[in-house]
Amino acid sequence: MAQSSVMPGFRPTLGFAAIYLSLVVLIPLSTLVFESFKLSWDDYLHIITNRRVLSTFRVSFSTALAAASIASVFGCIVAWVLVRYSFAGKRVLHALIDLPFALPTAVAGIVLATIFQPSGFLGKLLIDTFNLQVAYKPLGIVMALIFISIPFVVRTVEPVLLEFEPAMEEAGASLGASRRQIFTKIIFPNILPALLTGFALAFARGVGEYGSVIFIAGNIPYVSEIVPLLIVTKLEQFDVEGATAIALTMLIISFVLLLLINLLQLWVRKRSGQL
Amino acid sequence: MEAGQPLTGIDNHLIFEISSMSILLSNITKKFGTFTALDHVSLEIPEGELVALLGPSGCGKTTLLRIIAGLEHTGEGRVLLNRKDITDQDVSHRGIGFVFQHYALFRHMTVFDNVAFGLRVKPRRSRPTETEIAKKVHALLELVQLDWLHDRFPDQLSGGQRQRIALARALAVEPSVLLLDEPFGALDASVRKDLRQWLRNLHHELNVTSIFVTHDQEEAMEVASQVVVLNHGRIEQQGSPSEIYDHPANAFVSRFIGQTNVFELDEHDSEWLQSSGLIFTAREGKVAHIRPHDIEIEKSIDNSGAAATLKDWQHLGALIRIELIKNGFNGSDATLYAEMPNDQFKRLQLNKGDKVDLRIRQAHWFH
Amino acid sequence: MNAIAPPLINIKNIEKPYRQQALQDPDWVRWSLIAIAVGFIFLFICLPLGLVIFQAFSKGIAAYWSALSQPDTLSALKLTLLTALITVPLNTVFGVSAAWAITRFDFKGKSILTTLIDLPFSVSPVISGLIFVLLFGAQGWFGGLLLEHDIKVIFAVPGIILATLFVTFPFVARQLIPLMQEMGNQEEEAALSLGAGGWKTFWAVTLPNIKWALLYGVLLCNARAMGEFGAVSVVSGHIRGVTNTLPLHVEVSYNDYDIIGAFAGASILAALAIVTLILKTALEWKQANR
Repeated sequence: MAQSSVMPGFRPTLGFAAIYLSLVVLIPLSTLVFESFKLSWDDYLHIITNRRVLSTFRVSFSTALAAASIASVFGCIVAWVLVRYSFAGKRVLHALIDLPFALPTAVAGIVLATIFQPSGFLGKLLIDTFNLQVAYKPLGIVMALIFISIPFVVRTVEPVLLEFEPAMEEAGASLGASRRQIFTKIIFPNILPALLTGFALAFARGVGEYGSVIFIAGNIPYVSEIVPLLIVTKLEQFDVEGATAIALTMLIISFVLLLLINLLQLWVRKRSGQL
Repeated sequence: MEAGQPLTGIDNHLIFEISSMSILLSNITKKFGTFTALDHVSLEIPEGELVALLGPSGCGKTTLLRIIAGLEHTGEGRVLLNRKDITDQDVSHRGIGFVFQHYALFRHMTVFDNVAFGLRVKPRRSRPTETEIAKKVHALLELVQLDWLHDRFPDQLSGGQRQRIALARALAVEPSVLLLDEPFGALDASVRKDLRQWLRNLHHELNVTSIFVTHDQEEAMEVASQVVVLNHGRIEQQGSPSEIYDHPANAFVSRFIGQTNVFELDEHDSEWLQSSGLIFTAREGKVAHIRPHDIEIEKSIDNSGAAATLKDWQHLGALIRIELIKNGFNGSDATLYAEMPNDQFKRLQLNKGDKVDLRIRQAHWFH
Repeated sequence: MNAIAPPLINIKNIEKPYRQQALQDPDWVRWSLIAIAVGFIFLFICLPLGLVIFQAFSKGIAAYWSALSQPDTLSALKLTLLTALITVPLNTVFGVSAAWAITRFDFKGKSILTTLIDLPFSVSPVISGLIFVLLFGAQGWFGGLLLEHDIKVIFAVPGIILATLFVTFPFVARQLIPLMQEMGNQEEEAALSLGAGGWKTFWAVTLPNIKWALLYGVLLCNARAMGEFGAVSVVSGHIRGVTNTLPLHVEVSYNDYDIIGAFAGASILAALAIVTLILKTALEWKQANR
C-alpha cells in the first residue's frame, strides 16, 4: 500500500472513505446476497418462475429496452441540433434537457399519468384520434422511461459531437463523399460508442425505475406490472424472501446486461481504433 | 523509415491517370465580418507546377487554399480549373485532393480504409470493385512507403506517417489538383527536412498541379517551383524562388525572404555606403536592402576611417554570420550582419572588437 | 508572370446563396431536425412542467395555499429538509475524502474502490430501500437488537435518512474524482514545498480549484436527496405527518384523489428542480470560464 507521494492525509481520507463506503453501501447491499442464501435453490426457482414474476420481468426489461432505444434516436437528434445548429431558445432547451435528473420521480410520475390518462389532455386526444391507450399499458411505462432516459443519451453524445474535428468532415467532402455518406461513414461511427454508453445508462436506469412509472402504469398484473413494484408488493405482504429473491435476480440480470453492453462497446471502440 | 529514400520504382502510370490542370483565380475577395482576408486576388497557376503560398500568419493564404478547394465560400470572384468555372461547384464534386494541416485522418478507420474512402464513396456506376480498390490502395501505400502499416489506426502512427497517409488518401481519387495546408507544420524539424525532399520527388514523379501553404520561407524556396508571396490578403509577388530572392518586387518580399540588412537612407548613410564600395546613382530609392552575403569584410588598416567594428559571430554550419557595428558619424551605431563561408572567415583571423572595412556588392532599392 | 490577364470568359461577380452540399445540412433537414428536437423536448419536458403549475392552481390560489399550509404538507416538507440537511454534508465529506485518496495516492484496490463508489447508481431505488429493511426490519439482521432497545429504524426517520444516504452516495465523489485527476497535484506539492501544512494546503490550494465542481456535486446530491422516492417509499411506511417526505406526500395525496394537494406538493419539488437547473447552468458556465 506504499505510495511515493509526499501528499499528506492518505490514511485518514482512505480510512474514512473505506469505512463509510462499507457502512452505507457494501454491508447493506451484501444483505441481499446473504439473505438469499436462506432460500433453497428449489424455493428460489419456485419464486422466480412464478408466472406473475416472469411477466413483470418481461414488462420491465422490454419497456426499458424500447424506451432506451427510442430515447437514443431522439436524444441523438437533440444533441445534434444543440451542437450544430443555432436557433432562438437554444440555451433554454439546453438547460431543460437535465430536468429529468432534477425533477423528483414522483412528480414526473403523477404529471405523466395526468397527461396520458384516458381523461387527460393527451390521453384523450390519442384515444379519440388513434384509439391508442397509453396509460395503464406497457406503452405508458415506455413513455415514463423515455422521460427518464433523455438526459442520459443527450449528455453522453453531446460532448463527443462538440469535440468532433470538423476537418474530418471536410476531408470526407474533399474526397467526394456526399452529406449522407459523411454522416453514415464518418460522423456516426465516431459517436456510436458514446451513444451505446448513453443507451446502457438509460437502459439500466429504466429497468430499476419506480417513481415515475407506477402512476402511469396502473400496475395491472400480467400487463403493466414492473419488477420494482412487485418487490414493494411482496414487502407489503411481509414476503421478505420473495422480495429478496426477485431483487437479487433483477440485480444480476442488470449487471450481466450492463457487462454485455460494455463488451459490445469495447468491441465497437476496438474496431474503430479508439482504444 | 521516415522517407528521404528515393521512391519505389513501381510504374505509377498503370495506377494513376492524373491529368494535371491549370488554376485561374480571378479577383477573389473574401471578407469575414469586417475583416478582409483576401483583397482582389488574381492568380494563374500553370499545370504541373508545385506552388508555395507563402506569407505571415493571417495573410489569407489558408483561406485562399480553402477557396480553391471549395471548403470556403468564394465571396467575390471566380475560380477556374482548366478554364472551367467551378466557383459554384461543391467541394465533393471538384475532384481536388486536400491534405489538411493536422491531416484529419478518420480516427475510426484503419490506414487502408482511410485511403480507400474516396474510392468507396463514389457513385455506384463509377465505383471500382473491392479488388480494384485493394490493389490501388496498396499501390498508393507502397508509393508512400507505408504499406506495412495498412491495418493500423491513425492514433497508432507517428506524425510523419500520418502526413504520408493523408497524402495517399488525397491521391487515391486521382485529383487534378493537390492542395496541402501547412504540410510540414505539425512535424519535428528532422522529419520535416526529409519530407520536403520527398514531397518534391513525389511531385516530380506524379506531376500533378500542387499548391501548398506555408509560413516558412526556407521551406517554400526549397520545395516549390513557383512561390506566391501574400501579405494582408494581397499578392505581393509571384515567381520562381530565384526570381523572388534575387529580384524582390518590394520591401516586404525582400524582408520576408531571407535575411537582409535594411538602410533607411539619409545623407550620412549614402556617404557611408559609397565609401563601402556600393555604387549607386542619387535617386534609386529611399531604402536599401543588402543581403548579408553581399557584404565582404576585411581587416582595416586605417583604424580611424574604418566602416564597422566586429562585435561577434555565430556558426551556421558551413557559413559564419558576423555581427557588425556600423561606425556612425554622429554616434548612432547600428547592427548589421554579414555572412561568409567558414574557411574564408578563418583566413581573415579576426577578433572581437577589430575594426573592419566593408565592400558591399549590391543592394536592392525600395521607396 | 506577375500580371494576370483578364480571364477569357465573361465573369460576373454575383454572390449566389450557394450552399456547401457536402458540409452543411440542407435547410429542410435542418428545420425538420430542429422541429423534431423541440417538439420532443416540449412534449416530454415542457408540457409536464407546465402541467404541474396548471394543476396546482386549477382551483385557485386560495386552494393551493390551503393545501400547502396543511400540517401534513408542512411536516413532510420539514422531514425532506431534515433528510437533505443530514445526508448532503455527510456525502460531501465522503466525496472529498474519497477523491483525495483516489486522486492523490496510488494503492492496491484503487480501481475497485472507484467502481464501488458508483454502485448505488446501478441499483434500483426499490432495492436500495429493501436492503435496509433486510438489515433493520422486524425480521432483519439487527431487527431483534433494535427491538430490545426500542429503537425504530424502518418505518421511521433513521431509515429514511439511511436510504437517502445510499442513493445519493456517489454524486459528490463522481464530480470531484475526474477533475482532481486532471488537475494533478503539482500545485499542492508546490504549497507543501513552501511549508504549508496538509490542512492549509487543502483549504488554500485544493478547495479554490475544486469549489465549482464541489458545489455542482452538492447541488445534484441535494436535488436527489430531496426528491428520492422509491428507496424512501420502501422504508418509510407512509405514516402521515411522521414519516412522509414531500415526494411521499405527493404520492399519498394523489392516490387519495387530492389532486390539489398532490400538485401543490409537486409544485414545490418542481420549483426545487428549476432552481437546481438554473444553479447548475450557472455553475457549468462558471466552470467553463474558470
